[in-house]
Amino acid sequence: MPPHTPGDLDGVALQADPLSAAAAAGPTLAIEASGLVKHFGATRAVDGLDLRVPTGTVYGVLGPNGAGKTTAIRMLATLLRPDAGSARVFGLDIVSEADAVRSRVSLTGQFASVDEDLTGLENLVLLSRLWGYSRATARTRARALLEAFDLAAAAERQVKTYSGGMRRRLDLAASIVVTPELIFLDEPTTGLDPRSRNQVWDIIRALVAEGATVLLTTQYLDEADHLADRIAVIDHGRVIAEGSSSQLKSSVGSGALHVRLFDPAQRPFAEPLLARALNAPVRLEADPAALSATVSDAQRVTQALSELSRAGVALATFALGQPSLDEVFLALTGHPAEADIDDGPASTEEAAA
Amino acid sequence: MTAITPRQDAQTAVRTALSTSARPARPGPVSTSLTFWWRALLKIKHVPEQLFDVTAFPIMFLLLFTYLFGGALAGSTTAYLQEVLPGILALTVAMITMYTGVTLNRDISKGVHDRFRSLPVWRPATLVGPLLADVVRYSLAATVMIVLGLALGFRPGAGLTGMVVAVALLLVFAFSLSWVWTMLGIIMRSENALMSLSMLILFPLTFVSNVFVRPETLPSWLESLVAVNPIAILVTAMRGLAHGHPATGEITAVLAISAAFVAVFGPLTMLAYRRKT
Ligand SMILES: Nc1ncnc2c1ncn2[C@@H]1O[C@H](COP(=O)(O)OP(=O)(O)OP(=O)(O)O)[C@@H](O)[C@H]1O
Ligand SMILES: [Mg+2]
Repeated sequence: MPPHTPGDLDGVALQADPLSAAAAAGPTLAIEASGLVKHFGATRAVDGLDLRVPTGTVYGVLGPNGAGKTTAIRMLATLLRPDAGSARVFGLDIVSEADAVRSRVSLTGQFASVDEDLTGLENLVLLSRLWGYSRATARTRARALLEAFDLAAAAERQVKTYSGGMRRRLDLAASIVVTPELIFLDEPTTGLDPRSRNQVWDIIRALVAEGATVLLTTQYLDEADHLADRIAVIDHGRVIAEGSSSQLKSSVGSGALHVRLFDPAQRPFAEPLLARALNAPVRLEADPAALSATVSDAQRVTQALSELSRAGVALATFALGQPSLDEVFLALTGHPAEADIDDGPASTEEAAA
Repeated sequence: MTAITPRQDAQTAVRTALSTSARPARPGPVSTSLTFWWRALLKIKHVPEQLFDVTAFPIMFLLLFTYLFGGALAGSTTAYLQEVLPGILALTVAMITMYTGVTLNRDISKGVHDRFRSLPVWRPATLVGPLLADVVRYSLAATVMIVLGLALGFRPGAGLTGMVVAVALLLVFAFSLSWVWTMLGIIMRSENALMSLSMLILFPLTFVSNVFVRPETLPSWLESLVAVNPIAILVTAMRGLAHGHPATGEITAVLAISAAFVAVFGPLTMLAYRRKT
């Protein structure tokens, strides 16, 4: 198993102090951005963004629709020129040394950046040629990539006939024709089914295992939780919180108790009982048998549970979990992360632009 | 997870693909342009309908103008054809250059250009490639028209060689003119607006010329306009080459105008391309 797996999140939190460790290792920063700004007319898409991404890690940028994730990534990948602020990628300035940056990074954009009219094979041969492979080597390289990304059977088909998951994989394959040291992934799993999402996650883990640094943006809270060593939460073009997943969670509270009753009819009776025992407000979930509460003191939980059973309330399940990143987002921004992830409004805005 | 083994296989496959990639040397501008040229040709292969304009237009224009104006303007269609074919050839290809802008406008609005722009390659190649592929389309249009012309009785005085040189001059001019549409294609937001603007420029340019009528027959203010119209100069040069009395002044002028188009609109296009968000 590669080192960066979901189970490692606590391990990351245990490191003495990741922030100062990264700061001390100055030259090993893959990305160092300070005060990046990009305006589109009156829209402040990115509004003073600071980022420090250590080499060899997966860095998650988490934010709702319109937070400025894509704009930030496009600036870092040298596609957009910042209006103010500066950023260095492996110590190279993204404006004055853009060409040198380009030879060390690759970008997988939010919307597939492959040629729909060409076949999968042609797309990869094209990119291999552009990276400087000879005609013959380019074909070998393209075939090998198609094989590795499980696309060999569709090699001769036009990309417009590919499914969303296949397109994503081709897009990722196109990003690693020459192994990049830093790879930008803009919402790599948006719109994918769970199986395709797992495939993409595996690809990302393989990239990191080979030593690449990954910066990925996502609206999926659990994606950042699973993949990223460190997470920056951005809203309105600024970083509003930064740290490991566990650090972010612990900044909000110790956790939440989720309880599910056998008999939904007992809920009205269980609610005040639980609230009193926990000394905290109890939320009624959409599920008619479920209740939850934010817990400040874990000691009270055992007490509360035994009180429920003494009162004759039978529990189907109960769980004491860390707060979800959803709750983190709510606590940090005062508004919940957007629930709809098919980014309808954002894509129409982009199309109109 | 139920399928641990296949997923680990997948990871291994990806890791192998990654570790085997040694970095090749960076390709030069010519090689990069040719790669983009190849891409444009592949697109023609996959969407051959794109060739409709370069085959249908020449046939329609030649038949229409020869038989519509031939009798009235020159007394006989065959006599008229000798004069008008080089002109219609220039007019048709100039008209077709407009599609370069439209195609490019459509192309760069797609995500794949983000990838091209994030590669460490010679940037203009992204545009030079498609323009070179368009030269192939223009050649096709010229061939269609000349073959049809020969069938209708066109007999170039300088034979095939003269005609080939005339077409070569036309291709140089068309390639250079394409940069204008390329720039507009990048700047303008909508395809329709681009089409309208192109028409607005091309119609006067092609019709206020010596393609169909002798400029001497025009009112003097119009005649002086025709004298400085690049298309008119091109047509005079082509007629001379086709019929064996090359007009050196006009040929030089066409080459100079072409160089000027590239020198002015090439950098402007690249600037617009860089700025495009
Ligand atoms: N080319 C553009 N022209 C005008 N406004 C733009 C442009 N690109 C982005 N914006 C605006 O900037 C803001 C940030 O957009 P951006 O695409 O960076 O957000 P995002 O975090 O990637 O959102 P999403 O999750 O929907 O992809 C939005 O308000 C968007 O409308
Ligand atoms: Mg985005």
